[in-house]
This record gives sequence, structure tokens and C-alpha cells, in this order.
Amino acid sequence: MPSRSDVAFEGWRQANDGEVHAQVALADVRSMVLRLIENGCRLASVFAEDRTNAGSGFLVYYVFEHPRDHRFLLVHTSIPASRPEFPSVAAAIPAVNWQEREIQDWFGLVAEGHPNPRRVALHDNWPEIHPLRKDFPIDTVLPPFEGEQHVYRPTLGEGVFQIPVGPVHAGIIEPGHFNFAVAGEPIIYLQLRMFYTHKGIEKRFEQMPIDRAVYLAECISGDSSFSHGTVFCQAIERAAEVEIPVRAKRMRTILLELERLYNHVGDIGAIVNDVGFSVGNAHASRLREFILSVNEELCGSRLLRGVVCPGGLRRDWEPKQVARCGEALLRFRSEFADLMQIVDSSDSTRDRLEHTGVLHPDKARDLGIVGVAGRASGANRDVRRDHPYAAYDEIAFEVPVYQEGDVFTRMRVRVDEIWQALAIIEAILARLTPGSCRVAVPPLQPDRAALGAVEGWRGEILHWIRTGPQGRIERCKIKDPSLNNWPALVEAVQGNIVPDFPVINKSFNLSYSGTDR
Amino acid sequence: MFHIFKKAAQTRLVTIGYPHAPAVISENYRGAPHFEFSGWRDARPAAEACPTGAITVEATGSRRKVTIDYGLCIYCGQCAEADLSGSVRMTLDFELAARKRGDLIVIAEYALEPDGSQGELAVLRTGTLEGGDALEPLARRLQNRIHDVLGRSLAIREVDAGSCNGCEIEIVALNNPVYDLERLGIHLVASPRHADMLLVTGPVTRNMEIALLKTYRATPEPKMVVAVGACGISGGMFGRNYATVGGVNAVIPVDVFIPGCPPRPHALLHGILLALGRMEQRSLVG
Repeated sequence: MPSRSDVAFEGWRQANDGEVHAQVALADVRSMVLRLIENGCRLASVFAEDRTNAGSGFLVYYVFEHPRDHRFLLVHTSIPASRPEFPSVAAAIPAVNWQEREIQDWFGLVAEGHPNPRRVALHDNWPEIHPLRKDFPIDTVLPPFEGEQHVYRPTLGEGVFQIPVGPVHAGIIEPGHFNFAVAGEPIIYLQLRMFYTHKGIEKRFEQMPIDRAVYLAECISGDSSFSHGTVFCQAIERAAEVEIPVRAKRMRTILLELERLYNHVGDIGAIVNDVGFSVGNAHASRLREFILSVNEELCGSRLLRGVVCPGGLRRDWEPKQVARCGEALLRFRSEFADLMQIVDSSDSTRDRLEHTGVLHPDKARDLGIVGVAGRASGANRDVRRDHPYAAYDEIAFEVPVYQEGDVFTRMRVRVDEIWQALAIIEAILARLTPGSCRVAVPPLQPDRAALGAVEGWRGEILHWIRTGPQGRIERCKIKDPSLNNWPALVEAVQGNIVPDFPVINKSFNLSYSGTDR
Repeated sequence: MFHIFKKAAQTRLVTIGYPHAPAVISENYRGAPHFEFSGWRDARPAAEACPTGAITVEATGSRRKVTIDYGLCIYCGQCAEADLSGSVRMTLDFELAARKRGDLIVIAEYALEPDGSQGELAVLRTGTLEGGDALEPLARRLQNRIHDVLGRSLAIREVDAGSCNGCEIEIVALNNPVYDLERLGIHLVASPRHADMLLVTGPVTRNMEIALLKTYRATPEPKMVVAVGACGISGGMFGRNYATVGGVNAVIPVDVFIPGCPPRPHALLHGILLALGRMEQRSLVG
């Protein structure tokens, strides 16, 4: 398959096989970031680190990618503890709106010039704390929250109502608050309030031994357990300069695609169910269950937990397990074709899904939307192809990209990706030669840092880690694709009727836990 | 329409027999660990390997106290891997739900040998921690009455109080044609006002504390609460920190605890039926 030519970041300092590094003075950050964007880079993540104990103040990192380079560019700048401010770029790059405000909430670094500097990650009623600062103990018991409640923006006009929904919802979904402003049935404005499931995960990583931290990574977002576990292990392996065995790469690829399969087929069912086509959902949820049982057969865990580890996988597969997996997927292939025949035969379902919840490609680009939702709105991005990992460089596959950006298209991307995933798994199964599935990872020296990237079923997942003393984690930054994509929901629902909100929300199917951490 | 009928005829019945028939699960399933307490020479490697602190060892004079808390266990299998003596093995067990938090805790005390290994097993206790039976006789009678009222048909409101969404995946699965919760007269409903039982997941984040309490108050009496998963029982991987309170019973009273990370759908069924007092009837039905 065509790989990126690695020319965009020529001349920069190559830190390892996947990263290029640069340091920039605080005064030059904004102009440099904007110049990189002008030159075709995408700002994938912004995050901070407290290095005051090492005498380096705070560091803020900017992670870029470029369509002509398979490496990530990490630019960092140092901020003195005496003047805890960094220049905001959110006005020019709306994609980092929340990420900059997170830094503000968690580190107490002021995002200077941010167009909307209100709290995002800590709710308004929390006391003035900055939990990711090193001098904040994780087990601090905070008093009952008696601060001011969040004030939603008023939406005024004749006949305009506000509908507050959540955090406890009618369906079995995660908690978050939606404030709809409606004029009649159409939604004219949606305000989101997330971080109800904030459980201090990034803080919990700190001081955790690496082997144990893998289990925490698996709990960032349950539906992406294997992806988050893998991206964490990739970061560790890159920091340790360890190459995992070919068999491990291939096994990981199979499991990553199985995770995509069970989530995508479940989503297809949930989407058609939300417009009243429950027969489709009955078959889809049965097929999802089928893949979960394949997961269990291979890993002992329906959510693929407890198998990935730094250096490869903790358990190898017997030939009979592999054979059963192959047979099961053949059956899934024919069952999935039947399911799509049933779904496609329902014109009324299609009628409800088309032109519903449109995310225009321009908006998707400005907001930096990733993954399934991005590819349904023209964003031709896929970490598997753009920054190959595991065994994705061994095989050819297609990345479906559409321009329509409606619910139907987001479902169509999933359908295409299911067929691709089946082809990928079959190709890898055929190449799954015997060998070791794990290599020992030597104890990590302190102060080793690395980035891991995986295309989870939802989109781009990044973990950046720095090691501390005694093989422990000093800092782990987690970027789930949901964090990028929530603002897309706000855009997509505008002008749609309230009863269509559930299906629009489901077509994005974002992780609250992955966002809130 | 033709395709729908054709597929229905081809698919036939997919619903499992559990709880009336034994669960059919993969022999590769990693369920709860089993500990061979007598003859266990050294619990330290297993304790060191455990990522959640479900296994702890404590030296008290000439004795070693080993505590196993199934309410913290995530069934990862690290203990069985680390213990080379074969005293720890992973099983297919998933029916671990308990009415008392203490029933999930096993304590073994050993005489300590000079070389640091464990000698004779002196004491083996279970269900003795945290006050034993949480229910007074009167409350127990009341609960039996609740079983009579709710036992045959039950409405459940699920509350995610900060989970990773792993438990939600398995709870949603209860409604699929394979587990088909409704065949047992149990329904997942949209409002706590319609509910007899709250099924609560997550370590209970500080941001969900008030919402959980309000949901509990909105549920009419008589009501039951089931805490789901390692997080719901004890905070799990997240424990208790500035953003979590570390378990559902820190906020509202819990009737049944269902261990697992997440508990598989069979285990959820088992726990819900246990709360209803219907597990005891299983042998009669089956």
C-alpha cells in the first residue's frame, strides 16, 4: 500500500521512528503553530505536563501530523511556574477549544486569549483545585460542592424553550447533560455539559507501575478496551525502543479489528432501532453478541481485556482457537450480508436516516473531527494507513470517505469498515505464522517519553507517556476520539427535530468515559 | 418483508436456557480465581501481581493474614500467572453475586515460617468483615415481603454513576435476543419513577453523587439497589480519589453486589435474580 513519503518534517530532530521533536520559545508558540497549520499540518492534540519538581516549570505540547509524513511532530514550550500562562490558539483552531480549557482546569495554566475560557473539565461548583499539578495529592477529599452551578447561555425569542436532559438518561447510556433550545420541534441550539464521569484517570496513572497501568488503560473506555490498552503499550514499547514480534503485531491487528466489528455492528443495530426498525436491531445485537463470544474464545474476555501487554500479548492462541475464529468470521460474513439486505430493504428506515444530522465537511475540518464521523464528512484520515502500527503495513485495505455527513453516511462508513475489517482479519489469519507473541521489555529508565497512536473503532486514540523512577508512570495523557468529536454533535443537530436527537447521537456514538477520564 | 421472514425462519431460537439450564460458555473464559488455601506456601507473588489490590498480605507477629476481596477482582488472571505453586487457578465461575459486601471477602491466616513462607492454615473466614449481615431480622422479613411483591415482575432503571461503559455493554446485551431479559418478566425502564430496582455501575464520581442520590429518592418504595462490577462494589481500578467516592454503597444502601469487570450477562442475571430471591427457586423450575 502507498505509504507516506516522510518529507514534511525533513530537517527536524527525529526522536524515534515515529516522532519528530522541536522546542519553541513561549513568545513564538502562536506564530509557529499557525504557520504549521498553514503548511498543511493538523493539530491533533494539545496537552501539558507539570515539571516544576524537575525545575522546568510547566511544559505544553502540541502534536501535529502532516499528510505527507508518517511521523508525528511534537512541539513543546516551557512555561515558568511564576507566570502560569500560555497563548491560546483556539480562536484560530477551534479543534483545540476543549483541550486548552482542560489544561486550564487541570494545571491552572491560563489559556491567554481563549474565546471561551470557562471551565470544561472541572464543573463550575468545584473548588479552585488543579488536580494534575504534582503538589495535588490524588486522594484529596474535597468538601461537598457548594460553588456556583453552571449557567447555560440563555436562548431568547418568541416561543423558544429550553429542554434540559440528563445526566441520567432514559436509555442505557452514559451520563452527560444536554440543554436543547427549541423553537417548535426544531433544535436551534444545543449546549453540552460533559465530564460527569471524570474519575481522575490521568492522575491515577501517575506513580503506577507500568504492568498495572495497562489495566487502567483498558478501563478508559470499555468499548475500546483493547485499543486503549494497545496504544498505551505502543507508547511504552516506543519509549523502551522495543520491537514486538511479528506474531504479536498480527494478533493485535486481529483483535483491534474484532473490536471494530462488534462495535460497528452494534451501532448499525442501534441506529436503525432509533428510527423504529427493531428487527434490524434484533439481528445486529445478535451478531454483536456473536463477535463478543469470538472475543471470549480468543482472549477469555468478551471485551478483549487482560491480553495486551508491553512487548506483545500475554497469552498465545492454540491452533484450534484460530481455526474457530476463522470459521466464526465466515459465518459472520454471511449473516452480516443478510442483515444489510434486511436493513437496505426498508425504505422508511433509509428515509429517516438520510439528510438527518448533517455535519458539513467544512465544519468537520474546522472542528478537527476524527474517525468514523470525520470520514463521513470528508476527512480522509485513518491512523492505520497514515501512521501504520501493528501489522497494518503488511496488507492493503481501503479507507471509506464520503462527503454527505448525515446519519445514513455515518452508518455507511461503518458498513464499509466491517467488510474491510473482515478482509483484514482473513488476510492476517492467513499470515499468522507460529512464533513468539511476546518479547521482554527491559526496565524503563526515568524520563523516557513517547507517543502511541491507534485508530480505534471510533477514531484516533493518542496516549503520551513519560516514565518516572522505578519503572513507574510519571504522566500519561489520554486523547480519546470522543474529545474531538463532541462539538460535531452540536453542529449536526441544528435544525433537526428533537425526536431525531437519539439517532443523531447514536450515529456518532461517542464515549463519555473516554472524554471525561 | 420477505427477507425479514426468511431470516427469522433461518435463525430460529437463539435465546439461552440460563438460569433454568446451565450456562454454556467458552472453556477459555476467564472467570473468578480459585485459591487452594490449604497448602498455599506463599501468597506474596499473587498479591504483588494483583493490579487492584484484591489480594493483600499482612504480617501480624508470627502469622500471615491473606485477604482476598472478590469485590475488587477484575478477573485478569495475573495472580494465577504469578503464583507458580499452582495454588491459584482461574475458573469458569461467574455466579459470585452476594447480598453482603463481606461475603465477597475471604481471609486466610497462616503460621509464618522462618523463611517467609506460609506454614499451616490457622484460620479461614468469609463473610465476617464489615458488620456481617447488613439487615436486621425485621428488615430481612421486609425484604422477603419485597420479594413477594416484586419477585414475578420487575422494572429496572440503570444508572451509570461514572463507569467506563464496559458494564453498560453487558447490561445492553441483556436485552438482546440471546439473553432476552424480558422472558423472565424483567424490564429495563426509562425512569426511576417506574422502577423497582436500580442497577448502578461505576465508582460513583463526585459529579454523579447527587444525581445518583436524586435518582434513588425518585424511585418508589419498595425498592432495591444492585451494585454492578468491581467499580460499583469498591471503586475497582479507580478506587477512591478526588473525583470518585469509591463504590455505590458509599452513597445509597446496596442489596446485592455483582462482581466482575464487567460481569458477563449471565452474572448480571444471576445477581438480579438473587436480589429477587429467585435464584433459590431455580432448582425447582429447572
